[in-house]
Amino acid sequence: MLALKGTAIKRKSPLQKEEALAGILFALPSLSGFALFFVIPFFMSLYYCFTEGIGGTRFVGFRNFESLLKSESFLLAAKNTLIFNAVAVPLIMVLSLGFAMLLNTGIKGLPFYRSCFILPLVVPVASVILVWQILFNEHGALSQLFQLFGLPAVDWINSQWSVAVLVLLYTWKNCGYNMVLFLAGLNSIPREYYEAARIDGAGFWTCFTRITLPFLAPTGFFVLVLSFVNSLKVFRESYQLAGNYPDMHIYMLQNFMNNNFTNLNYQRLSSAAFLMFAIISLMVLVLFRLESRLGRDLE
Amino acid sequence: MIHAAGGQAALKKRAGKGIIYILLTLASAALLFPLVYMVCNSFMESREVMKAYALLTGNSGISSDAKRLSIHLIPERVSLIQYYQALFRKPTFLVMFWNSVIVTVPIVVGQTLVSALAAYAFAKLRFPFRDQIFFLYIIVMMMPFQVTLVPQYITLRKLDLLGSHLAVILPGIFSTFGVFLLRQFMIRIPDEYSEAAKIDGAGHLRIFASIILPQCKGALASLAILVFADNWNMVEQPLIFLNNELMHPLSIFLSRINTSELGVAFACGILYLLPTLFVFLYGESYLIEGIQRSGIK
Repeated sequence: MLALKGTAIKRKSPLQKEEALAGILFALPSLSGFALFFVIPFFMSLYYCFTEGIGGTRFVGFRNFESLLKSESFLLAAKNTLIFNAVAVPLIMVLSLGFAMLLNTGIKGLPFYRSCFILPLVVPVASVILVWQILFNEHGALSQLFQLFGLPAVDWINSQWSVAVLVLLYTWKNCGYNMVLFLAGLNSIPREYYEAARIDGAGFWTCFTRITLPFLAPTGFFVLVLSFVNSLKVFRESYQLAGNYPDMHIYMLQNFMNNNFTNLNYQRLSSAAFLMFAIISLMVLVLFRLESRLGRDLE
Repeated sequence: MIHAAGGQAALKKRAGKGIIYILLTLASAALLFPLVYMVCNSFMESREVMKAYALLTGNSGISSDAKRLSIHLIPERVSLIQYYQALFRKPTFLVMFWNSVIVTVPIVVGQTLVSALAAYAFAKLRFPFRDQIFFLYIIVMMMPFQVTLVPQYITLRKLDLLGSHLAVILPGIFSTFGVFLLRQFMIRIPDEYSEAAKIDGAGHLRIFASIILPQCKGALASLAILVFADNWNMVEQPLIFLNNELMHPLSIFLSRINTSELGVAFACGILYLLPTLFVFLYGESYLIEGIQRSGIK
């Protein structure tokens, strides 16, 4: 902002003006679509947050947010979303880093294994969801395995275990993306550091905590943000697995918002959407800040 | 002594390698399992499938087998009947397949085009509020669909597009992901090339078309593949913006036929994922490069 003011006072040279004009023209198609489908309607829905009645005729202040925070279905959805994130994100981080490290040990067949990990990324969940239903049905393969050991059969998709099934689906789908990012990060660490550390008698654990982790921090932050963002997009998988009305343990914020849309409760939906927008933006901002501070500490 | 120690270390190393191979192979097998399962089952006769998974369809009174859902991999008789049924006896399948195509292809082409132009502006040209706008782009890129649901619905209603495929296509074209990804590539292109062209009197359009774009071929391919894979699998948008079920893409149709028409479901699933599989086999290296670039700031 300061820089912009400076240039305004100094007056731009014709060449700079021409470049600015060209920049705006090149970005124009994208900018107009962005404004049309995201920015302008965003402010319109912000207006919904503070009004009441069809079409938003009466101003009600923060009452929509109050009733939202008191609504049981919203609280349940928020709780479930939180639980899903708390389980899925750390799990996928550890798994993708672990497998990236295994792949980075100079083994043969790296391209083959890598392909296996990335393939689920392009495979549409809808095309393989049948397999999940066969494995996790109450009388499905996993329950039969359980009964073999004298344990009771479980209806995995329609019980508290549905979270686990969804976490599995999410991990299956997204592990490859994260792994490729981690692999690139691992590759950028100079080998000499490890060799020098070995000579000084450092073991695997010391190398891991003193060399791998610090150097991988920027990648790690990005993967963290990405995993978090992706886990909020898990509605797709949840819909394929359990339809519009899933078990109450995987009733997420996205389900809550979808249902309110179907019930034409735009005020409530907009308030929830705005709250989510604010929380995600804040979290991303904090993570990026944290990362740049950590980056400075390393240098 | 030294020899023995060396030999032991080598042995330990080799054992470690072996464990790594076993772990990786097990993980790969688990990741591929759903695919392999679908392929195997797609070559079964409809009758065999119906019998094995009767429980999924809800009428389990056929035989004692039907009380369970076991893993069933090897067909009793290899048959193409499911594929034949899906392709020639189920017109709705082809309609839905076509719906997926006419939604996905325009999004891939449109988003790549619009994003390439904008990415050039964001990466190489200076204009007011450039970085602030780009930050907004990133934030919007990260939002789940439901957050922008109402805004998009309002716009589409005003434009009278609800219920047409354009309602799904247009917001897809203007997704900010493409701009983000292509900018990551373009910002790495050294400025010297365009400076030299500028001295020779080339305008921005000329520089964009003959210097920047040719160097971004791989990037464009990466973007096209990622956008294709994402939108081929689209669920939320058609569910809300397209009321007519006959306009829905395969992704939604499939989750419904899984139970009602189990006899062809496996072949439908395989036919549905074939396009993405081809794209993957053809462009895997671009895909990997695209993923890596998305992680560099």
